[in-house]
Parts: sequence; structure tokens; C-alpha cells
Amino acid sequence: MSSQPTTLRGRVLAPGEAAGAALILQEPLSLWGGMDPANGRLIDAHHPQHDTLIAGRVLVMASARGSSSSSSVLAEAVRAGTAPAAILLGEAELILAIGAAVAEELYGRQVPILQVPEEQLAAIVDGAQVLIGEEGMVTITKPEG
Amino acid sequence: MLAGDAGRGTAFAMRLVVRAAEVLGADRLIPISRAHVDACLYHGQATLDFAARLAEGGTRVAVPTSLNVGLVDLLHPELWHGAPQEADPGRRLMEAYRALGCRPTFTCAPYQVVEARPAFGEQVAWAESNAIVFCNSVIGARTNRYGDFIDVACAVAGRVPDAGLHRTDARRGRLLLRLGPDVPAALPHEDSFYPVLGIVLGRRAGPTIAVLDGLPPGLSEDRLKALGAAAASSGSVALFHAVGSTPEASSLKAAMGPGPPEAMETIVFAELRAAWAELTNAGEALPLRAVSIGTPHASLAEIEALAVLLGSSRPAAGVELLVSTGRDVLERSEERGLAARLRRAGVEILVDTCSYIAPVLRPGAGAVMTDSAKWAYYAPGNIGADVVFGSTAECVASAVAGRVVRLRSAWDAA
Repeated sequence: MSSQPTTLRGRVLAPGEAAGAALILQEPLSLWGGMDPANGRLIDAHHPQHDTLIAGRVLVMASARGSSSSSSVLAEAVRAGTAPAAILLGEAELILAIGAAVAEELYGRQVPILQVPEEQLAAIVDGAQVLIGEEGMVTITKPEG
Repeated sequence: MLAGDAGRGTAFAMRLVVRAAEVLGADRLIPISRAHVDACLYHGQATLDFAARLAEGGTRVAVPTSLNVGLVDLLHPELWHGAPQEADPGRRLMEAYRALGCRPTFTCAPYQVVEARPAFGEQVAWAESNAIVFCNSVIGARTNRYGDFIDVACAVAGRVPDAGLHRTDARRGRLLLRLGPDVPAALPHEDSFYPVLGIVLGRRAGPTIAVLDGLPPGLSEDRLKALGAAAASSGSVALFHAVGSTPEASSLKAAMGPGPPEAMETIVFAELRAAWAELTNAGEALPLRAVSIGTPHASLAEIEALAVLLGSSRPAAGVELLVSTGRDVLERSEERGLAARLRRAGVEILVDTCSYIAPVLRPGAGAVMTDSAKWAYYAPGNIGADVVFGSTAECVASAVAGRVVRLRSAWDAA
């Protein structure tokens, strides 16, 4: 039996609704140099989760990192259909928010990005089902077992 | 502007700037005097789609705007070793940004271009992580960490959200970092110390503004450049202070403000030595196929140093020695006869792009050696390179010997 879902409200950095399994990043990631938009995988050789599939997951990270090209990589991933379903961050991250805003303008597809208080972010477990609704409402169901 | 009376592309740019203000929690926009745009580097069809949408209605940048590297060396197209048709979209994107009125500097080191370099205290919108950290830390001009799209949106709007590092109160150091007593005294006098220290700084500080205390005063711009570029690779560093070297850190108190630091940490030699070793992911017995220096783009002083180190030697047969720089610095190198001297010695000079984003290194098996922590950090993921990190002197000696050469250094201390 899965446990009771928890809900929280994030600050909307990029709007939208989405659902997916949480991917908790153990270290911050720069999408540029860190994700290949051709296949949606994590390609940063220095990252402990190297080769993990990012596409379709709800990416959970305390902070983003590095390159200013990450906006482009996110927009290209949205175009190619390899983007994460949503991104939950511990801080207000401009570079990813702008990538999502541009992708929405160009392709009409949203990748919601929410800023979530760090203690609530830390409580999300890898593989949990995350549902992102209107106005930053997040429902999290822990995986079974 | 927002309503679109200035053109559809301009209104789009303004919408992005307003979105940025919301994300950053700014309640007003402030004018900027210049911009540096990274969006000209091709990252797939989306980047061309964006440029086309932005250009609708005859959009022009409102402030002097320099351009970051693109995919292609427009001056030396013969250095492209990929499929020719793969260069076309990269070239088209570079042209699209020139058509918006941006200056075709095509360098990741706009601070080395006299006309593009801001003065202390100037409010600007710069993209490119190493340029951002240099702008804030070494020049003392003010920019946030702008990325692709928002960089050119700010250039078109001529305005940025009044938030973050544009504001004096956000620029104060919060984390005090000192070298441990076990760090060899000779280490801070070696060039290769600074990129490695940058990797550690990025990991320790992340987005927190750190103050480095106890380094030799008056560090050169090239050392600070290497430090900042590495820190912006391993962490979201947009500003650091180095007491006695950077303009907002004439003293520890000036850098941190009154009162005790919020946090104080020591960097020990073992951490530096481990970071140094991690920058090499290849076995040093691998055959050496190339040496890549100039990431970020080499300064005139670095080009001169390369010529001096090389002397009358040449790279060994089968080893490519490549230096990346900006076309502006290349022009100044040409005037001084340095470029011709390097080319005669068998050195390839790359401009407008970088050897870890474009297929410009000659294809082949073996290791690539670099003196850049940023190159060492990104090249394995970007171009699948086997990397050996070393000092510039080791890079040149290795290129000449045709195998990885290690020189005695303070990194040897156990």
C-alpha cells in the first residue's frame, strides 16, 4: 500500500501542469554539458548519476549549476521531446525559468518549474509520483515498498 | 514596448525581461550600458527558432552588445573537421545575431576586448559563466548570471531587473575561505594552482559569495580568469572576492562588511591535490594526440607566454597544438608578429569558437592535454575526450615531446 500523499505549494518560476516520477539529483547539474537533448540523458561525466534518463522525470535539485547555455538546452529538449516533465528547485533559478518560457512561446509546451522550500524539497524521495497542478500545487505519493 | 508597438520581436524580448523580474523578485527595471550575448552558440533547432522569432519586426539591440563564441571559426573554416553541413546552422545563428546589431566579437572573454569591457560599477547584462564571474569579480562591473535568450532580451530592452548582483547589498562576501597551513608555500606562485583552486571554490561556495584571503596580492587577470572560469564550472559562482587583488576587496573588511563572517572554512592541500588529480581522466601513458590551450580564450599575455615557452621548438609529429583566442586578440597578436611566429612553429590558432564545443581537433585516438580546468571539466562529456590536465609549461613540453611530460612542481609535495 502506498502511503498518504503529501501536498505542498511551490513558487511558480515557469507555469504549467505535469506528472512524473521524481528524480532526485544528488549533486547540482548544469543542463549544458550535463544533459544531451538528443536522448534526454545525464552526460556530465563528473556527476554521480551519469547516464540516468532525465526525459519525462520530475527533476528535483537543491540548486542548478554552471553554464549560461542551459536555457538553450532546456528549450531544445522541449522541442525534441526529451525534456524533464517538470523541475523542482530549492532556489529561484533564472536560467532554467527562461528556457521554459522560451520553449512555451516557440512550441506551446510547458515545463513547470517551481521553487520549493528546502526542507520540503529534501523530503521528496527518488521515484515518488509527483503531480504538479495549477498555481504551483504539488502532490507527492511515495513509491510502494 | 511590451504592447508590441516597437515590433513583435522586441515585445517578446520585453516579456522575457518581465518574466525574469518576476523570478528574481524585482519590482523595477534599471538601464544597462552594454550586454554580452551567449545565445549565438548553436544548441539545436530551438536556438535558430528563437533567433527568428526575436528578429520579427526588425528588432535591434538597444545597447552596445558583444557576442560570445559560436559553433564555427568563421575566419578559419578549414579547422572544421565535422560534416560540412553540420556547420551551416551554427554559422546561420552567428549571422542572425550580427543582424540584430551585435558586435561580432565571438569570444568568451569579452573583457579582453577593449571596446566591450565595462568599467568598475557599470550595470551590464552579461552571459557566459566565466565572463560573468570575471565581470563581477575582477572588473567590479555588475551583472547577474544571465543565460541564453535573457541575455539578448536584456540587450534589446536595454534594461535588467533591479535584483541580485546589480545591488550593492548583494555583493558582500559571506563565506571566508583560507588556505590551510599544509598548502605548500610555493603553490600559489604556480599558474596551475588557480584553475584548481577555482574548482574547489565552486564546490565549496556554490552560489554563495566567497572571499579568498591569504593569496598573493595583485594576482594577474589571467590567474583570476582561470580561477573564475573553473569556479563557474564546478559551481554557480557569479562573484568572488580575492583580498588584495579584486576591486571590491581592498581589505577583508571591505569584502565582507563589518562584523564576523557568516561562515569560515579552510582549504587543505589534500583537497586541492585531489581536485588537481580529478581533472585528469586519462591514463598518462596514453599516446598524446593534441594539446588545447586558451579556454577561456587566451589573452595577449598568454599568447606571448606560449610563444616564449615554445621557443624554437615545434609540436612533435602527430600532436596537434591548438590555442583558442578571440579574433580581437588574434588581430593584436598579428600586429606584434606573435601569430605568425606561432603558426610557423606549427601551432593552430582557433577563434570564434572553442575546441570542446566544435569538431576542430583533428580526429584521432589518444589523450588531449590542457591547462584549463574548464576544458578538462567539460570536454569528457561534450566531445568524449580523454583529458590530461597540466600547467601551460607541461602542456607545451608534452606537445614537443609527443607524450605527457610532468615537470617538478609544488603539486608533487606529499
